Amino acid sequence: MNTTLIITGTRKGIGRFLAERYLERGMRVAGCSRKNSDLDHPNYRHFPLDVGDEAAVVAMVKSLKKEWGRIDCLINNAGAAAMNHLLLTPKSTVDRLMKVNFQGAFLFLREVGKAMTRKKYGRIVNLSTVAVPLALEGEAVYAASKAAVETLTKVAARELGAAGITVNAIGPAPVKTDLIKNVPEEAMQRLLERQAIPRFAQFEDVARVMDFFLDPAGDFITGQIMYLGGVHG
Amino acid sequence: MDTPQRDQIIACIVDALKELNEELNLAELNEPDESTPLYGTRGTLDSMALVNLCVLVEENIEEELGLAISLTDERAMSQKTSPFVQVKRLARYIETLLQDEQ
Repeated sequence: MNTTLIITGTRKGIGRFLAERYLERGMRVAGCSRKNSDLDHPNYRHFPLDVGDEAAVVAMVKSLKKEWGRIDCLINNAGAAAMNHLLLTPKSTVDRLMKVNFQGAFLFLREVGKAMTRKKYGRIVNLSTVAVPLALEGEAVYAASKAAVETLTKVAARELGAAGITVNAIGPAPVKTDLIKNVPEEAMQRLLERQAIPRFAQFEDVARVMDFFLDPAGDFITGQIMYLGGVHG
Repeated sequence: MDTPQRDQIIACIVDALKELNEELNLAELNEPDESTPLYGTRGTLDSMALVNLCVLVEENIEEELGLAISLTDERAMSQKTSPFVQVKRLARYIETLLQDEQ
């Protein structure tokens, strides 16, 4: 049975929804975001940090290892997005997106992976996006940073498989969160039309796949990227 | 000459090796000391065992010395220059990490 879970990016959006979902199911949950959280629950602990800050991530995982004794699940959810033409994108955007989306996922995977290796059990789920298989115009940097997360997922699945750790990724269709608030309505409509089921994804859609990947019985399901809405990789 | 801290670090590594060998049962690790080979051409650990050893050593260093380290290095998987080839070399490497932090 899973008892402990780390979710990155829990202040709002999907991360917040998932934190509340698994708290309701009796799990102990730790989350993080750059700012403080108003999520108030006896089994929730919040760490204000930047996921790309190595020292802060190491300290967070160490303190949870000490407090909980084991870390069963990790959801690398924290993410940043940017919409721009490739030729107009400043390097600072590349730095920021790679730091939050890729380096953040890498650091948590490395530190939590060490703790899971000791217990010979773990469930890790990374968040990707349909922008990767759809190669969306205007999202070159965002999609590239998530493509890096997908490759990390596949290689980690191979390196950690022997230790009883599964590593998978979910690529949701667009969800109405802050991440897409600056995307023009028209562009969003064109994107939805490329899906088999042309609608926005709901938090519940993501949570259903999350439950599947976190299931302790799913010990032979690893290295998979699951896209929502009928998009293929 | 070994510093008092070096001796403590070696003890942390040796203890970690003993704990690890409860699972591995390797004759070469029955009585580990500072000259015990770890990883590489002369070593007995595979990459997964090395990762497990590093986790145990990190925990021991924190418990015994009260210092937090993260054992990562670009040369980790190198057969020749890895700091993980032998107990003594790993101890020296950890000492350097601790000095850098101070």
